[in-house]
Amino acid sequence: METNPYVLVAIFLLLGVLLPVATVSWIGPLLRPNNPTPEKQSTYESGNIPVGDSWGRFNVRYYLYALLFVIFDVETLFLYPWAVAYRQLGLFALVEMVVFIALLAVGLLYAWRKKALEWN
Amino acid sequence: MRELVQQPLTMWNLLLIVLAAIALLLVVLVFVTYAIYFERKVIGWMQLRPGPNRVGPLGLLQTVADVSKLLLKEDTRPKQADRILFALAPVLAYAPAFTVLAVMPFTESLQFADLDIGVLYYVGLSSITVLGVITAGWASNNKYALIGGLRSAAQMISYEVALVMSIVGIVILTGSMNLREIVEAQRDVWNIVPQFLAFLIFIIAAQAELNRSPFDLPEAESELVAGYHVEYSGFRFAMFMLAEYVYMFAMGTMVTVLFLGGWLPIHPALSFIPGIVWFVVKFSLYVFLQFWLRATMPRIRSDQLMSFAWKGLLPLAFLNILLTAGFVSIFA
Repeated sequence: METNPYVLVAIFLLLGVLLPVATVSWIGPLLRPNNPTPEKQSTYESGNIPVGDSWGRFNVRYYLYALLFVIFDVETLFLYPWAVAYRQLGLFALVEMVVFIALLAVGLLYAWRKKALEWN
Repeated sequence: MRELVQQPLTMWNLLLIVLAAIALLLVVLVFVTYAIYFERKVIGWMQLRPGPNRVGPLGLLQTVADVSKLLLKEDTRPKQADRILFALAPVLAYAPAFTVLAVMPFTESLQFADLDIGVLYYVGLSSITVLGVITAGWASNNKYALIGGLRSAAQMISYEVALVMSIVGIVILTGSMNLREIVEAQRDVWNIVPQFLAFLIFIIAAQAELNRSPFDLPEAESELVAGYHVEYSGFRFAMFMLAEYVYMFAMGTMVTVLFLGGWLPIHPALSFIPGIVWFVVKFSLYVFLQFWLRATMPRIRSDQLMSFAWKGLLPLAFLNILLTAGFVSIFA
């Protein structure tokens, strides 16, 4: 019986969370000064008095990129199992994947022609 | 390490594993300290100036001094910020960068978790860092931070697609996503030769993923002050820096394992040199390449950055997959 590898992953995750929490919240307060003033706590805008807050609307282009990312990232999830089994599947898998990639390429081409990839 | 993991899990073994993981954490922290030192030193030499040379002999303690200073600085938090998200963001950025190291095979026996889906684990987990960046930008309630965070997220997700696609060719050649098997499959020839196109795509996309020049727009000091971490100070800020360099460590390990044959010697006749030495040499070459790029390349424009990912790297990555697949079915 060998150790489940995910136990090790859990240990790493725990250490990864513990280091920032320990240094910022446990050790840090013992070492650093704490003297907040209203000036220090104001939002930094290169010396100007900040206008409004920034939880507003932002450029729609980011949203388009996010959509494209979701499409292509899900696609890679299909590509990986195919790539692992490729040698056993042979020519049929190749044809199938060419069709799949061609469909995605059409999608990319569409986004390209629709100027979704332009940034101006 | 491998023998230890193959034994049943007892209290004693668990303790040893935790100690080994802490040892790796310390190695990573030393790496980060001296990567920053050498980065400044190497760029200094390339620009004909001495670089840090005041603290300690040859300036060797410069980073140690910097980190101690950050630890002693007041931790200010803007009043308008979202308290919980503001505190969460550094953890979100750092924890995945360290957790990906769990699957990395440094040598034949020095590997913690031997996952069969190693590649997928790496790409899946490393993309969580984007969440940390965007959370930091949003929670700060600062316009610079928000713009920097969004830019950074757009950049990281765009290049991530190309990065992930460039590995598919290697998975086809190896027939496995297990990182140890990928290294073992490179005994005859390293993947950098048959997958040279993928290698180029990978290192370019890696630069963008790491937010390093020529793709360091999210932290463009001259336009955005500091990007998503403007409002962070003291050790919270240090956590972002740390995450960046730990991620660089992970990326260097990944390049070495995927393309440069991991711990394998350059020729079987040289196998008397231990694997870890080979690993460190290849890894250091990649890290040096990053410093070199930073000293030579100017920052590119935002629109060029995005169109390069989608119109340049992504079609090339598709091409690489099709070429590799075609090649394998003809010759195998």
